[in-house]
Amino acid sequence: MGISKLLIANRGEIAVRILRAARELGIKTVQVHSTADTESLAVRMADQAVNIGPPHAAKSYLNIPAILDAAKQTGADAVHPGYGFLAENAGFADAVEAAGLIFVGPKGDSIRVMGDKVAARAAAEAAGVPVVPGSDGRVDDPESARLVAQAIGFPVMIKAAAGGGGRGIRIAHDMSEFETLMPQASAEAKAAFGDGGLYIEKVIDRARHIEVQILGDGKRAIHCFERECSLQRRRQKVWEEAPSAVLPQAVREKLCDSAVALAEAVNYRGAGTIEYLYDDQTHHFYFIEMNTRIQVEHPVTEMITGIDLVREMIRIAGGEPLRIAQKDVRMNGHAIEARINAEDPAKNFMPFPGAVESLSVPGGPGTRFDTMLYAGYQVPPFYDSLLGKLIVWDETRDAALDRMARALRELHVGGIKTTKPLHQLLAADPAVRQAQFHTRWLEPWLEQNAHRLTA
Amino acid sequence: MAKQLLSPLPGTFYRRPAPDKPAFKNEGDKVAVGDVIGLIEVMKSFNEVKADMAGKIVKFIAENEEPVMAGQPLAEIA
Repeated sequence: MGISKLLIANRGEIAVRILRAARELGIKTVQVHSTADTESLAVRMADQAVNIGPPHAAKSYLNIPAILDAAKQTGADAVHPGYGFLAENAGFADAVEAAGLIFVGPKGDSIRVMGDKVAARAAAEAAGVPVVPGSDGRVDDPESARLVAQAIGFPVMIKAAAGGGGRGIRIAHDMSEFETLMPQASAEAKAAFGDGGLYIEKVIDRARHIEVQILGDGKRAIHCFERECSLQRRRQKVWEEAPSAVLPQAVREKLCDSAVALAEAVNYRGAGTIEYLYDDQTHHFYFIEMNTRIQVEHPVTEMITGIDLVREMIRIAGGEPLRIAQKDVRMNGHAIEARINAEDPAKNFMPFPGAVESLSVPGGPGTRFDTMLYAGYQVPPFYDSLLGKLIVWDETRDAALDRMARALRELHVGGIKTTKPLHQLLAADPAVRQAQFHTRWLEPWLEQNAHRLTA
Repeated sequence: MAKQLLSPLPGTFYRRPAPDKPAFKNEGDKVAVGDVIGLIEVMKSFNEVKADMAGKIVKFIAENEEPVMAGQPLAEIA
């Protein structure tokens, strides 16, 4: 097989990233875009560009018929979905294949299984991967709820079985609190959803977010070690590292082996990530979900392993077997990524689209800036705020933090506000320096340090 | 005296709180100062657009899901 012309069904920095990988493989590129992205860097760089609709993503980047038409019209033989938009849409993967094209990613059925919370949890358990302890499904009577809570240990989260969006969630720290909260949660669930059924789950307090990068060819899978992405704001990752600074080697091996077992159990094809919560007190890890696509933070893994993940996923999609053996995946040094968003940290991260009047990009050893920006570019207001990712590598984590601080000083985006000042504070913060954080660490830190972000 | 209500931000204009919900306001509806008449989505964050004068909505100038610039008229209030 082999791919000769790749259609990129995405935008922004990841479109540029995919284009570069394709070009290095001698593959021609077709960039589809909305009318708001006519002047985007990816459109300027691509061999061909096709306008697929108005700015609103539902009418352009999520418009499957328009994307397939563009592929047909340009003679593209493969489609790369990037991340977000249609990347985890099983119907899109199926539609691409039904049109006789290659989908650069897993089979639609893999996306379907791993995209369904219950099915993914079952697949993980079947592959021997630990999941967050809880009631396997709903509990309807108080007595079985009590038994589940006792079995998994406090604190526990009581959730509405029919719920979503945080409605009906209670946290009980002991049995007497559980006795008080359980009827309340059930009543609220009944009122909100017409169903008083509950779901009980262990609370992993002060958990870290650790995830394992996977590459698979449908038969065999390898891991490329882990990333830690515990610095989050509103459940959005802000800063990512590889490797995790706190994972003991024995736990790393168990964690990464569990990810390979799950990927092979579902015959995973392409690049994927298995996400876990990690309790650094007990060294236990728990599967949360699998992302069946390339991730924003993939470069930190590339920096410590020397593997070009985007290039490998394109080669696999073109029909090549996985070229890398597990024993050849080596980890070297430490990498950190800071997400540079068009947001004003001094004004509660208010989005800040607009004209980039000037741009200075950091350089030098171990420094990489994956971006959609150029001087004179108008950042449109219609899409997410990610402008670029500043990635640094160095021999040790301390050196990487120093290098991040140095590189941030070199970065200037004129005309718009960005999250650069936040990253400058983080790179110098004593807790960050000691890697003492968890997924709920950053938000209170932001409240305490608000005055330093307005300076 | 008719006055145009201008978009405070660039982004996507929505007349409904959610796709399956009714519009905040329809043409002919009365509005008070501070009434929400729509949302502007800027980089995936949603911002309420509020009436800056009391009166009646004569017409909407921007359509639901229309891309708008800051300062672009959204509706006419009289």
